[in-house]
Amino acid sequence: MIAGLAPTREVLANGVTVLAKRTSTTPAVTLIANLRAGSVHDTAELPGVAHFVSRTIDRGTERYSADELAEQLDSRGVTLAASVTRHALSLACTCLVEDLDDVLGLVADVVMRPSFPAAEVDRRRGEIVTLIRQDEDNPSVVAVETLMSMLYGSHPYGVRARGTVASVEHIDRQVLQRFHAAHCVPKGLSLAVVGDIDPARAIDAARTTFGDWTGGESVDVTGMPVPPASGRHSHVVSMMNKSQTDIAYGFATITRQDASYYAYSLMNNILGQYSLGGRLGDSIREQQGMAYYVFSSLDANLMPGPLVIRAGVSPANVTKAVASIDTELQKLVDSGPTEQELQESKQYLIGSMPRTLETNMGIASYLQTVEFFGLGLDYDVRMPDLLRAVTPAHVHDVARRAIDPANATVVVAGPFQGPLS
Amino acid sequence: MPALEPAAQSTSPVYEEVLENGLRVLIQSVHTAPLATVWCWYRVGSRDEVPGLTGVSHWVEHMNFKGTTNIPRDQIKGIIEKYGGYWNGYTWIDQTTYTETATRDALDHMLFIEAERMRSCLYDPADCESERTVIISELQGGENDPEQLLDQELTATAFRAHSYRHPTIGWLSDLQTMTREDLYGHYRRFYAPNNATLVIVGDVDRANAMREAVKHFGTLEQSDVRRRASTVEPEQLGERRMTISKEGTTAYLKVGFHAPGVTHDDFFPLLVLDTVLTGAKGLNLWASFRTLPPQRSARLYQALVNSGLASAVNGALLPTEEPFLYTISVTATDGVALDRVEAVTLAELERARTNGITPQELQKAKNQLRARLVFENDSITNIAHQLGFFQTIASWHVYPSLSQRIEAVTLAEVNRVAGDRLKPTSRTVGRFEPIR
Repeated sequence: MIAGLAPTREVLANGVTVLAKRTSTTPAVTLIANLRAGSVHDTAELPGVAHFVSRTIDRGTERYSADELAEQLDSRGVTLAASVTRHALSLACTCLVEDLDDVLGLVADVVMRPSFPAAEVDRRRGEIVTLIRQDEDNPSVVAVETLMSMLYGSHPYGVRARGTVASVEHIDRQVLQRFHAAHCVPKGLSLAVVGDIDPARAIDAARTTFGDWTGGESVDVTGMPVPPASGRHSHVVSMMNKSQTDIAYGFATITRQDASYYAYSLMNNILGQYSLGGRLGDSIREQQGMAYYVFSSLDANLMPGPLVIRAGVSPANVTKAVASIDTELQKLVDSGPTEQELQESKQYLIGSMPRTLETNMGIASYLQTVEFFGLGLDYDVRMPDLLRAVTPAHVHDVARRAIDPANATVVVAGPFQGPLS
Repeated sequence: MPALEPAAQSTSPVYEEVLENGLRVLIQSVHTAPLATVWCWYRVGSRDEVPGLTGVSHWVEHMNFKGTTNIPRDQIKGIIEKYGGYWNGYTWIDQTTYTETATRDALDHMLFIEAERMRSCLYDPADCESERTVIISELQGGENDPEQLLDQELTATAFRAHSYRHPTIGWLSDLQTMTREDLYGHYRRFYAPNNATLVIVGDVDRANAMREAVKHFGTLEQSDVRRRASTVEPEQLGERRMTISKEGTTAYLKVGFHAPGVTHDDFFPLLVLDTVLTGAKGLNLWASFRTLPPQRSARLYQALVNSGLASAVNGALLPTEEPFLYTISVTATDGVALDRVEAVTLAELERARTNGITPQELQKAKNQLRARLVFENDSITNIAHQLGFFQTIASWHVYPSLSQRIEAVTLAEVNRVAGDRLKPTSRTVGRFEPIR
């Protein structure tokens, strides 16, 4: 790192957190509003509410109809993207500097005063059902969702965020309003403003738009027990209308706050990220030519998230590909990483920070992550030393704990009928 | 030399130089982050392929990551990663390109890799064989997606003669039979300085970057590219239709019209028309399509999505060297008959063709496009992509003139182009009808 990002952070009197950073690459500003209103708040009886809120929150407010909002944003070239994850509901957009006050006003209106008009709710329900049907026909989505449900059972991480066709039919305007009132509150909002705008001016603008908002406490869902790994489990979902088979192979791991997070992160990079998919890419793509894509990803979260290995292979190679994943994991469990591998992954992760922080959207997303996990405003400066402190023994130790093939859950979806062994 | 509209004080004009061996070098200093990006472009894509060898350009792209005379295969990995860098490449109908973005001190390594890639790749027979199955896996992954399948079939139906008709990934049987000699011959013919553009953008000193470029590329030999004129697509004389009947859950519609190449006078008026119909996407193939367009007040969104008939609609007019396609893609809402979706889509297109657009719509479309052009210039990777992309299909000068060209479009031009280009006789209608 040359110098720290040094963003400005201010908590308004009502609890709204504002993060601001000036850049001058383009005459534009990126806004991300993150609310602690993710799908973990859905109930087992009615999954899909948080996602439904994300599809309707910008379809009308107390001041504007859906068409008026659309016209205001479209005429400025602005796309307001609403999305939901396990823990956050996010609204993100980029606008020209000259439009910032107007656009921030619209975003604030959407966050604070959505009206969920009944006709809009009905229309978006049809869209959501279509999305669920498309997912059901997508081997990659089917493999990952089945894996998550096997790893987590009834834990919120195991439930499909979009809900089911049946649950979505039962979600109406009142349900959405109740969810919004309970979870979209000032104390749960962090707003990132990044672009060609002075941070003091950005914070003033945020105070003007959000300062009068009132609401209750923000309570996230944490501490729910994750089912312990016990032995190996596998499952095949046959989709004979498809050409390629998707493999999702994984484990439940740790929280982002866990002291061994940096060792896990480096292990994941060595296993399935570095260059073209780490050791897995070397073996399965480069040496054996079995897959166009193979990689691993780690989602350490507020509760223990998954490490997932993904590969797309020809149905004839499924058994061989799963065996190769087993082999690579076993090697890392038995012998740990080499000094050189660890060094390379550290260099890569540390060196990629300026790239991550090049664009306004990159910086705004990074600031939200730092805020969400409480990593501190100087995290970009501290991160290199946190990675440098990890030794091969640390990585070997977490590999032994986390990725033993004997405790793996393996799901295959596509034109394959099994068996898996 | 015309300068790019400066986004900030820290951006310099584009510098252009053609080496004796024909390599065109474009350099722009942008000092907003301690990074540098290199894109190396070749004027070769799937339109340069003949039956029996479809997919060869894309397969060659894959082979060009597998070791060179001076970079043993197992040492490629790590050269750029050491600098926190990202590398990639892509092949499409008119172009093949390779990129690295990393901290600025990696510039020498990036140029070394690209110079090696241009003339010294190995094409080890075992590597060619092992990559065959990787490519077939990529093709099969694409077939899993009904929208991609429909796009491929629609393109093959809309074109009878021009080589834009076959997919960039190639047809399966060609991928099964192509040989190492086919791949290597294609590589040696098209990968040469006289068929390439090298773009360097970022926190670099212009004179120093030019010296580095000459050092790495100056002695590379030219190739006899033997470029042949493409077959001209004969005029389409009536509507064409195709249907895919396959197991699935969701119905899709795709309508294609023959579109102008990027240098044709109709291109920008048609881009404005698309913005009115489906919202502004921008013109960066690398970046523009990763975010949804502002489209909720667009005509087709209102008619299809806001009416509940469709869950998504999108339009695509991509800059190409020769006339390609303007397409509209629609996802039918679960339970809605595809016939209804098609009837409303075609009626809206017909309304635009016969009545044109309004002055208010023209102005809104221009505002949207102007904003999108600003947004997609937000990184050195994107800026360098655009310079090389436009140089490969036309001239890099198109890029800094985009906003003026859009601003200059008149209502009369849009309405004339709507009348000429959206004729039912020149459209192709594709349907994906799921068998449940």
